[in-house]
Amino acid sequence: MSRRDAIVCRQAVELVTDYLEGALTADERARFETHLADCPHCREYLRQMRVTIAALGRVEPESLSRAARDDLVALYRSWRAG
Amino acid sequence: MVDDSDLVARLQAGDEQAFATLVDLYHAPLLRLASTFVPSRAVAEEVVQDTWLGVVRGIERFEGRSSLKTWLFRIVVNRARTTGVRERRETPTDQPEPTVSPERFNAGGGWSSPPAPWADDAEDRIVARQTAAKVARHLNLLPERQRQVVVMRDFEGLPATEACALLGITEANQRVLLHRGRARLRNMLEQELGKG
Repeated sequence: MSRRDAIVCRQAVELVTDYLEGALTADERARFETHLADCPHCREYLRQMRVTIAALGRVEPESLSRAARDDLVALYRSWRAG
Repeated sequence: MVDDSDLVARLQAGDEQAFATLVDLYHAPLLRLASTFVPSRAVAEEVVQDTWLGVVRGIERFEGRSSLKTWLFRIVVNRARTTGVRERRETPTDQPEPTVSPERFNAGGGWSSPPAPWADDAEDRIVARQTAAKVARHLNLLPERQRQVVVMRDFEGLPATEACALLGITEANQRVLLHRGRARLRNMLEQELGKG
């Protein structure tokens, strides 16, 4: 790969989501991965993005109060009955 | 995981327990999604209430061409849109702004102020719980469009194609919004976790 094709950190950080989404071309992907192999900071940046995404998947949903749930079930019951 | 077709069959047969299960599964996700479209928690609650009414009325006609989750999300997004008090269009592709401050790079585009390593720590089990709580708080600070995409994709785990369909945006726009939202959340976490 020529020097001209190499990507720099400033560009690499903007490619993270496209990379994770599989939206890079084969060539872009190769250049991104080449950069990562040489750059511990961008590797850390990528890991932090993954950690952020994983954290979002772990957020606990708030639970509905018993009363609110019963109200909704009553709504269903009355519609079915009507 | 509850099987969709089984749940639908029971709902269509008038099974109240099935409806209670549906409410338990989806009330919180619907509320969170509605909140990204309307100005207040109170309005979001009305939208979700209205959505449940639509579900009760419409479940007979549900044919399972989409997943139950997608169907519910479509209803809530449509209701929220018609309430649509403050829909502003953020068009993300015009001028791509950097998601990491340019000041953190040198003239050659390499890091001059690289991210302090905290990914390892954040993967620790106890810290991971706290990280999830932090990220949930920060989520509310994202611009509307970014928040909608991040909620759908990373929080609710919808595929990109469904998020695009619900929001009426292209895949490329969706990725830009997702990237900006995630990067902003990472920046916020860095403020808290990346200090020494």
